[in-house]
Amino acid sequence: MPNQNLIVNGVATTVDLPDDFTMLWALRDVLGVTGPKFGCGVGVCGACTSHIGTQHDAFRPCMHSVAECRDQPVTTIEGLATGEVLHPVQQAWIDLDVAQCGYCQPGQIMTAVALIARNPNPSDADIDAAMSENVCRCGTYVRIRAAIKKAAADIRGG
Amino acid sequence: MRPDAASAGRAAFDGGHGMSADVSAAPAPGGPGASRRQFVGYLLASPTLALAAKLELDRPTARAGGGGGGLIGLPDASDLLDLGDLIVLAEAAYQYNLVLEVTTANRVRFELPRLEKGQGIATAVAMMVAEEIDARLTDVDVELSDARLDRPFTITGSSSNVRAMWEPARALAAAARARLITAAAQRLGVPANTLTTHDTAVFAPDGRSLTYGELTESASQVLVPAVQATRKAAAQRRVIGTRQGRADARDIVTGAAEYALDVDVPGALPTLVARPPDIKGTVISYDATVARSMPGVVAVTQIPSGIAVCARTYHEAFRARDALVINWAPGPLAHTSDADIRATLKAINLPVSPTSLLLKTVDASFEYPFMAHAPLEVRSAVVSVTGDSAECWVASQTPVFALQQVAAAIGVPQQNVSLHVVRAGGAFGSRLFCEPVVEAAQVSKAIGQPVKVMWDRVDDMRHGRFRPMAQCTIRATHALGTVLSYEHRMAAVETDFRHGFGEMLTAAGANVAPAMFGQAAFTTTVKVPYKFGVVTQLLTEQHFEVPTGSFRSIYSGFVATSNEIMVDEIAAALKKDPYQFRRANLETDRQRAVLDTVAQMGRWGRPMPAGQAQGIAFHDEYRSHVAYLVEIDTTGAEPRATAVFVCVDVGVPINPQGLEAQVQGVFMDAWTIMFRAGNHLDNGRIREGTYNDLSWARMKHSPPRIEVKVLAATTDSPGGAGELGLPAAAAAAVNAYARATRTKPRRFPIGQ
Repeated sequence: MPNQNLIVNGVATTVDLPDDFTMLWALRDVLGVTGPKFGCGVGVCGACTSHIGTQHDAFRPCMHSVAECRDQPVTTIEGLATGEVLHPVQQAWIDLDVAQCGYCQPGQIMTAVALIARNPNPSDADIDAAMSENVCRCGTYVRIRAAIKKAAADIRGG
Repeated sequence: MRPDAASAGRAAFDGGHGMSADVSAAPAPGGPGASRRQFVGYLLASPTLALAAKLELDRPTARAGGGGGGLIGLPDASDLLDLGDLIVLAEAAYQYNLVLEVTTANRVRFELPRLEKGQGIATAVAMMVAEEIDARLTDVDVELSDARLDRPFTITGSSSNVRAMWEPARALAAAARARLITAAAQRLGVPANTLTTHDTAVFAPDGRSLTYGELTESASQVLVPAVQATRKAAAQRRVIGTRQGRADARDIVTGAAEYALDVDVPGALPTLVARPPDIKGTVISYDATVARSMPGVVAVTQIPSGIAVCARTYHEAFRARDALVINWAPGPLAHTSDADIRATLKAINLPVSPTSLLLKTVDASFEYPFMAHAPLEVRSAVVSVTGDSAECWVASQTPVFALQQVAAAIGVPQQNVSLHVVRAGGAFGSRLFCEPVVEAAQVSKAIGQPVKVMWDRVDDMRHGRFRPMAQCTIRATHALGTVLSYEHRMAAVETDFRHGFGEMLTAAGANVAPAMFGQAAFTTTVKVPYKFGVVTQLLTEQHFEVPTGSFRSIYSGFVATSNEIMVDEIAAALKKDPYQFRRANLETDRQRAVLDTVAQMGRWGRPMPAGQAQGIAFHDEYRSHVAYLVEIDTTGAEPRATAVFVCVDVGVPINPQGLEAQVQGVFMDAWTIMFRAGNHLDNGRIREGTYNDLSWARMKHSPPRIEVKVLAATTDSPGGAGELGLPAAAAAAVNAYARATRTKPRRFPIGQ
C-alpha cells in the first residue's frame, strides 16, 4: 500500500493506507483523532467537519479520501486552539453555553470558524446559509447563531 | 487513596442510624403532603471522607386534587402520583449506595446514577452538591456511575433526574460538611459552631483555614458530627438558582469529550452489522468469501440481528460489509404499510359519546406518524468478553437492564458483567433500550476479542426505535359558553416499555401486567389542566412488529399537544380569544402565571400582517408549568417561526441557564415533529435513511431567537424540565399556523 503523508493539527505522519481510504476513519481509527464525529457517513450531518489547507476551508472527512488530503495541513477541532488559548469561536461557545449533548459541536464550530474567516460580520441570512448543512439534534441553533455573532464581533474587535 | 466505589459500598457501616448525620426532614419530591421521607448520610469505610445516603420513608399520603371555581373535575391521577414519582419511589430504597467523597486533592466527587445526554443533569447535581457542602463549583466532579446490581431501578427518564437527586445529593453534601466542620474544630481547637465554610474550606474566626482536602482523612473518623447537617434554607443558597455553564463545556469545544466510540479500549475491533432491508427480517444464508478476503477484515460472524463484520478500521468494515452476499427472509410486516396501520388505529380507537341535540360539540382528530429518535450520536457500544465475564461501555438510560440483557445474551452471571455508563450524544428516549451492547457482547464472545459496535445512520433510522404512530380523537361538548365534557380517545401502536419498567413499577408498589405498561404510563402522565367538566382520556394500543419506545414527552407529546390545539378550536367555537379562554379555564394561579407572563413577553394580540400570526399554548406536567407563544410567517416557501417566547416554572430552578437550553432546544423537536419530519413504513421497510429524507430542523428552520423567562422559585422542590416544553411548543406553533392560514391541521407533519 502507498505511504500517505498526512499533516494533522501540525503533526506530519506517514501512514500506510490505500489512496481511497476514507479520511474520517484515517483520523479516528488510524491516528486516534476522535474529535471529528461520525453522524451519517454521507456528508449530510456535518458532525465530522474539519479544515483543510491554510485558509480554514471546511471539509467533510467522511466524504474524502486520504489521497485527497495528503501533503495538505488538516485541522480538526483538537487543533483549533493555540495551546491553552481557545479560538474565539470556541470561547464564544463556552461563554454562551451553546452545547447540550455536544456531539455535533466540533463540526458546528469548525463550520462557524470557516464562515467567519470569509465573512467577518455574518448576517442572519449568511448564518442560515452557512450553517444549515450541520444538524444539531438538541436544537441549539439559537445559541449557535448568537455565539457566531459574538465570536465574529470579538475577532473584529480584537 | 480513593476507594473503589463498589467495594466501598459493600464495606459501608450497616444500619447507619447510630452514626448517621442528622439531616432535617425534607419534603418529598412530590411536594408537600405527597409523602414524607428523609435522607440521611452515613459513613463508608474509607481513609477519606466518603458518605452514602440512607432513606427513611414514611407512608405516602395523597393530597387533595385541585378544585377552583366553576365546574370541578375529579383530580387527574397524574396530579396525585405521576410517573416521575414512581421512578423516584422505586429507586429511593436503593439510594443508600449513592456515593459522595472528598479527596485529599480537595475535590468533591459524586457518583451520579444517571446518563448525561445533553440535558445538563451532571451540572445541576454538581450545583446541588456544591451548595450544601460549600465547595467551589469547579471543585466538584460529578461522574457517571457504573451500573450497579444493588441499584436496580436506575433509569434516566420521565424528566425525573433532578427530582430524584434533589434530596439525597443535598443530604449527602450537608452530612459531609458537618463532618468536615467537626474535624476542623478538633484540629484548630475551637468550638465547631464558630466555624464557617465556603470555597471548599473551613474558616475559623481568627482567620485560620483548612481545605476540605486537608480535613478529609480526619473527617472520615468523625462518627457523630458536632454540628447539625442542616440543609440551607432557600434564602441562604448561593449556587442553586444561579446561571451556570455546562461543567463539560471546554471538553466539548476542544473535542476532548468522550462518547462510547471514543473510549480507548485496547484491541476493540470496529464492527458493523449487515441488517435486513425489512424490519426484523432474518438471514436465510450468506456468503462472506469475498468479505473475509478483504484487507483489514478480522472476522465475520452471524448474530441474531444480522451478519457482523469486524475489521481493523471502520473504513475496512464498511467495505467488507458491502461485499457480503446475504439472502434475506422477509420480515413480519412485509405486507404492512402506513395506511394499514392507520386504518387499524381508526378501527380500534374507543368511541366518544354520541352527540346530543341539547349540546353543541367540537370535534377533531389528529394523526401522528412513526418517528425515529435520531440522536446525532448513532447507537454504539464497546464490549470485551473474556471467559465468563464481560466489560461494557455504553450510553444507557437503563444501565442495569442493559447489564442484565448482556448477561442473558452471552450466558454469564450478572455479577460477572461490569457496565460503564458513557456520556451520550443525545438520546430522546432511544437509549432506554440497548440492542448495540447486546450485539457487541454476542460478537465479542463469538470471536474472542473486544469489539466496538456502531450502527450507521441507516441502521439507526431503519432498525432503531420509533415514536409510535398514533391518532387522537377528541370531542368536547359545550353550552352557554361553558365546556361541559371533554373526551380524548388515543389509539396508538403499542409503546414498548419492556426496559425494566415493570420491575420498577412493582418496586414502587404498583403491580402492573406487561400488557398494561402503556396504560400505567398514560394514567400517570396525561391530564387536562382546564375546567372542562367531565373529562375522560383513554388509550387503546395495538402491537405491531415495529420497534417502538418512549420518545421525549411519551404520551403527552400526542395527548397534550392535541389537547392544546383543540383548546384553540373550542375557543374559536365559543368566539373567545385563545389566551383569555385558557386563562378563564385554568385551575390555579401558578398555571395562569406562566401564561400571563408569556402573553406579556410576546405582546399577545398585537396586529400581524396577513399570513402571519401568533399562537399560544400551555402545559403542566412533572410538577412544572410552561407556556409558549410562537409567531409564525406562512408567506414564504415554507412556514417559519419568526419569534418564540417561553415562560417556565419548575418549582425550584437549579440552573436557569440549563433550563433555558432545554425549553429552547425542545422547540426544535416540536417544530420538526409538527412541520417537517416523519417516517414512512412501506411494506415492512422504513423509507427514510438519513437526515436528508427524515428532515430534522436545521439552522435555516430555527427562529432567530427564543426568549425565555424562568420564574424564580415558586415551591420548595424542583419539578422536571427535559420533556416539559414539547407539547406546548408544538401546539403553540400549530395554533399560530392555523390562525395564519385559517386552516385546521389534522395530520402531522403539516403538508406531508
